[in-house]
Amino acid sequence: MKVPTMAEMMAEGKQPEVLFWVGCAGSFDDRAKKITKALVKLLDKANVEFAVLGTEESCTGDPAKRAGNEFLFQMQAVTNIEVLNAYEIKKIVTACPHCFNTLKNEYPSLGGSYEVMHHTQFLKSLLEEGRLSIEGGKFKGKRITYHDPCYLGRANGIYEAPRDLIRKLDVELVEMRKCKKAGLCCGAGGAQMFKEPEKGDKDVNVERTEQALETRADIIAAGCPFCNTMMTDGVKSKEKESEIAVMDVAELIANAEDL
Amino acid sequence: MAVIPNIIFAVILFAAIFFFVRNVRKLIRNIRIGKDVDRSDNKPERFRKMARIALGQQKMVVRPVAGILHIIVYLGFIIINIEVLEIIIDGLFGTHRIFSFLGGFYAVLIGSFEVLALLVLVSVIVFWVRRNIIRLQRFRKPEMKGWPKNDGNFILYFEMILMVLFLVMNATDVSFQQMQAGNVVSGLIAPLFEGLPGSTLHIIERSAWWLHIVGILVFLNYLYYSKHLHILLAFPNTYFANLNPKGRMDNLEAVTKEVKLMMDPNADPFAAPAEGEESAPPEKFGVSDVADLNWVQLLNAYTCTECGRCTSECPASQTGKKLSPRKIMMDTRDRLEEVGKNIDNNGTFVEDNKSLLDNYITREELWACTSCNACVEACPVSIDPLSIILDMRRYLVMEQSAAPAELNNMMTNIENNGAPWPYNQMDRLNWKNE
Repeated sequence: MKVPTMAEMMAEGKQPEVLFWVGCAGSFDDRAKKITKALVKLLDKANVEFAVLGTEESCTGDPAKRAGNEFLFQMQAVTNIEVLNAYEIKKIVTACPHCFNTLKNEYPSLGGSYEVMHHTQFLKSLLEEGRLSIEGGKFKGKRITYHDPCYLGRANGIYEAPRDLIRKLDVELVEMRKCKKAGLCCGAGGAQMFKEPEKGDKDVNVERTEQALETRADIIAAGCPFCNTMMTDGVKSKEKESEIAVMDVAELIANAEDL
Repeated sequence: MAVIPNIIFAVILFAAIFFFVRNVRKLIRNIRIGKDVDRSDNKPERFRKMARIALGQQKMVVRPVAGILHIIVYLGFIIINIEVLEIIIDGLFGTHRIFSFLGGFYAVLIGSFEVLALLVLVSVIVFWVRRNIIRLQRFRKPEMKGWPKNDGNFILYFEMILMVLFLVMNATDVSFQQMQAGNVVSGLIAPLFEGLPGSTLHIIERSAWWLHIVGILVFLNYLYYSKHLHILLAFPNTYFANLNPKGRMDNLEAVTKEVKLMMDPNADPFAAPAEGEESAPPEKFGVSDVADLNWVQLLNAYTCTECGRCTSECPASQTGKKLSPRKIMMDTRDRLEEVGKNIDNNGTFVEDNKSLLDNYITREELWACTSCNACVEACPVSIDPLSIILDMRRYLVMEQSAAPAELNNMMTNIENNGAPWPYNQMDRLNWKNE
């Protein structure tokens, strides 16, 4: 897979159209790496000249900030901003809503202002510009339900871009009881991903998975690597792996035509 | 001697206003205990939000049943209060229905008040049934036991009694009934009193009139002690609400200064502080008590009417965790009241060895939050419980190093290798060859 880094681009004297911010999950988590690769395939297909930071990328600091460690967050932010500004980055696309939210909303006042897009927004813009085409392919006619990531939906008001992409796949998009503004969290946000939940009657991801199962969908579409993990675990705990799959919107589009 | 009732009325009215103003001043003083935060920007946008959310009840109708009933009570409250103006003038000057010279228009006014009064009465009864017979789950959470439950019912009883008194007052007003205009509802009740001598009718009418206005004045002064301040504070609260995207958490400036210093290769960490800086105490990070919160967060606490929409949308609460965003707001208000009373008694705050953290809000509640913003979205009056939770986490982590062990591991990983998991930063691009 050909994935140019900013350092390589710089050496060639080139500036990419967009920086792909991979994020920690996208770089290290086995499930999320598949999302990363699916997005790279789509960017290639649309002839987008992109680059990644590679080993120069570091955690945006989101989980540290939400856990209450403002020091660590700002240390991460200032370091990342130095790297991004040195490369004169203007536009960033990321497949992680947490990175998206932090880069878009919390970096500007620390000196890092960029145009930041979630991958579903970016893919939609490619579609509108006619650079990318989406066909139903193998998902044609399937029932798909979309889980709103909190940091994309409520946090930033982006509900339609991912849904518009899914509709293009000639599928039946069905909504869960709680969706869009009222969507239920998967349970991972606010640094919960990295700890055991507090005592209660149920895990949040199981509750959300039950809502997804109620729709009798074939696929749960997600737009966040953490939601993806939580929903995948939820489906496993319900022993429904053979009935329902959890896939990122980018994977749906890439897999539809076997990219 | 005919002026005695007028004098009594004036005394009651001014006493009520005096106590109300005193409570409002206490309220403002308590809110000012909070830290400064600038919400003077974007005035047109703020007015629009206030108009839509507070005046227009936009978020109430997200839940249609409660929403529509609430709009009826809200309209009733505002419109019937026009009648209170007449009552006050009558009471002070010994007139009777001073506005009745308006003729046909007066009939339309009173007629609409009567219809609204009946609708309010019905709505309030439905509210009571929801709380006490249907026992909706969100009114039965642990934080709603005792006073909050009674408070909610007292307010409903108050409103029921006021509406009944208003209708009885009109029904027993012989001259008003004889006008045969505007008595759309009271005309239907009037037959109940048929056959009573005129003097008895007059006594009933006067009693209802007095009880009605005294009831309103008592209610006005009950507000400060109840959860019902939202009828006033919903307006400033929506006006001063956060306008940024919900996902944006503020960057602490005090931390920025320190971080910039750490990153500056020319900074001398051992340098003596500049002239005048020496005396400044180090800034406290995060929130452990109400004085660390900002004034908008404290205004939020007074505005909360404990409807519980936040808690019923909260993923932690829905799955049986201890966290309830409503309780966060109730605790904040209770602690603020305690601090306020401390100041009342001592002139200035005297350390009481208590704090919002631990004495009111437990760590377990704070760590159960997923920061999903469902509570913020659900609130019909733009209260932000999440900001309090996150500010308190900041205190736990930065002042007490008291994060759960797993989160400490996560943070150590970020510090050492730039990812929340123990992977080497040099391996960040390995996926492309896998």
